[in-house]
Amino acid sequence: MANGKLMRAAGWTAIALAGASALGGIALHRGETINALWFVVAAVCTYLLGYRFYSGWIAARVCRLDATRATPAERLDNGRDFMPTHRSIVFGHHFAAIAGAGPLIGPTLAAQFGYLPGTLWLLVGAVLAGCVQDMLVLFCSTRRDGRSLAHLARDELGRFGASAATIGTLFIMIILMAVLALVVVKAMAHSPWSTSTVFATIPIAIVVGIYLRHVRPGRVMEATAIGVALLLGAVAAGGWVDSHPAVRAWFDLDARALAWFVIVYGLVAAILPVWLLLAPRDYLSTFIKLGVVFLLAIAICVLQPDVRMPAFTRFIDGTGPIFSGTLFPFLFITLACGAISGFHALVASGTTPKLIARETDVRMVGYGSMALESFVAIMALIAACVLDPGVYFAINTAAGVVGGDPVTATATITSWGFPVEPAQMEALAASMGEATLYGRTGGAPSLAVGMAHIFGSAFGEGLFAIWYHFAIMFEAIFILTVLDAGTRVGRFMVQDALGSLWAPLGRTSWYPSVWIASILVCAGWGYFLYIGVIDPNGGINILWPLFGMANQMLAAIALAVVTAIFVKSGRLRHAWVPGAPLAWLVTVTSVAAWQKIFSDDPRMGFFAAARDLADKLAAGMLSPERAAVAPKLIFNQQLDGWLTVVLLIIVWTIVIDMARGCWKHVSGRRPARDTEAPYVATQLS
Amino acid sequence: MRSLHARWQILWSALRTLTGDDAYDRYVRHVHARHPGTPPLDRQAFYAAELDRRWEQVNRCC
Repeated sequence: MANGKLMRAAGWTAIALAGASALGGIALHRGETINALWFVVAAVCTYLLGYRFYSGWIAARVCRLDATRATPAERLDNGRDFMPTHRSIVFGHHFAAIAGAGPLIGPTLAAQFGYLPGTLWLLVGAVLAGCVQDMLVLFCSTRRDGRSLAHLARDELGRFGASAATIGTLFIMIILMAVLALVVVKAMAHSPWSTSTVFATIPIAIVVGIYLRHVRPGRVMEATAIGVALLLGAVAAGGWVDSHPAVRAWFDLDARALAWFVIVYGLVAAILPVWLLLAPRDYLSTFIKLGVVFLLAIAICVLQPDVRMPAFTRFIDGTGPIFSGTLFPFLFITLACGAISGFHALVASGTTPKLIARETDVRMVGYGSMALESFVAIMALIAACVLDPGVYFAINTAAGVVGGDPVTATATITSWGFPVEPAQMEALAASMGEATLYGRTGGAPSLAVGMAHIFGSAFGEGLFAIWYHFAIMFEAIFILTVLDAGTRVGRFMVQDALGSLWAPLGRTSWYPSVWIASILVCAGWGYFLYIGVIDPNGGINILWPLFGMANQMLAAIALAVVTAIFVKSGRLRHAWVPGAPLAWLVTVTSVAAWQKIFSDDPRMGFFAAARDLADKLAAGMLSPERAAVAPKLIFNQQLDGWLTVVLLIIVWTIVIDMARGCWKHVSGRRPARDTEAPYVATQLS
Repeated sequence: MRSLHARWQILWSALRTLTGDDAYDRYVRHVHARHPGTPPLDRQAFYAAELDRRWEQVNRCC
């Protein structure tokens, strides 16, 4: 017994030492390159320590998880949505639900600051904030019959808090869908190979959907095997399309045409029955996503690539070409999902709490899934940083920033201290089977180049083009799922709101109402997508910070709800566990929003940018094609500015509302009202 | 020592559970165990109901 204890202590000491030396090595290293394995070791040790000690302490002392207490899955068991499920399956479902494109794209963009800031915040943020948020929301919802975040907000903060949570959710979904759609469109523009592969995923999903519904109902593995084989075939077939000039021309589309295609697609997909397109594509994307994450981890360990990005770049001063803003607060806004994501609170108070068989599983499912998600973000960061920094900036910087032709673009980037040659870019594009890689903003192409580099070197040279397009297809397939699922959920929320104006509009199966609500949602994200496409500066520069702020704001709402619950349920002493990340998030989002509203720098402030563009337009300083889109861009910058104002107001009203409620409770002016479901002993063995 | 076949069985059933391939079998077992007397849905109806339930809420993140 004592021997085992000693062994365990020695084991954890070794993990702590390994993690500390890896982190120290990364932070203090000042050579030309650094081996990526250091990042993997530092990350894994940090998550293990965070899980073992911090989440263990939260589970035992803060939440006081009780394995004898029956969970909603057991008490309300209906064999359908409420159903006690083994914790590794709940973990798998929860991870599949929270893992999306955000942790892949955020770190890729944030690499413009160098590898160190991103790595540190992904680790610290996940362990102390992101994982904690997911676990605590899951805990609060599990103790309250699996209620949703909006429901919890209504119970704890009142009607206003609930409306703010709902508006915040709808807003973040609209911006999220716009920015993700922009990422896919940018990756497909004038790339026949990518476009034909992504188009092919649609009929493939339909074939799988029909198989699952009518041929062999529910045989997920067979259907997935067929679908994955067809998808790999589609990636290879894309190469054939690319090499035949006549066929190639059909798929050689510009960004505007693709934007319209994606908008119409999103609308149709949200209205079609789920079994036909959404569900089968989701199966395929989930398996491919998990497979790629697993493969990438193995490839990084096998290949041990060198990270070429410096620890810090000069762009921490706020002059970055990919997005503007200084390290604080924009590193945190940009990384968003890989460290802490407000969206997770919706899943952690949605399907997951209804499946938890034992209250103690909350720790592994909530804290553990987010740690894994953060690890995915670390791998995306590695994939961005193994590229030559010059190449990374050439791919990710919009033509409007560095100039449209290769010679000017490479000269500008070289003058920043990141040498790159036109010949190098040309050879790289040729090896990836693309006409050009300049100005492919949005993060997906540079991630795909990084992944192709890692996979190609680890599992066989010469297949770079295949790996590149596989990576693009991999990103596109689950981004399309998010568009489709997001439009659908947005539709339900809009229908719910419209239903309070006129009851028939609230009926989810009444076709006119379905169409009206779906068109409203698609028009919402379609608008931002279209503006992003016509913006010569790439659009990501505007949309990603807006998305990051909205996401972090939603996390702040979730943490405010948890803090209120803690104060009112006798956990005042530990209210800092959700309260400290909450204070941090409110600070970060407020500073970022303030700068976006009031900055005089047109690269930074929305209103400043609108004024700057209006002045240039009036002075006739814009080229004809820029002058043609300028009025739309001016309107959009002003709209973004006002939306940021609304975000800021929502966050502060919720926080003040929460603080007031807690103060009333602490000072004894409002009696305690327990919202927890009463204790029932579990019958499960 | 477990035989190779037994190990494969364990791996296979874990894989089926994780992918949701055996969702219907688990559902039927569950109905028999917890709600005896209630006839379970058939395979196709169960699949359709599952999808509706799953996709009427936020199920996928950023």
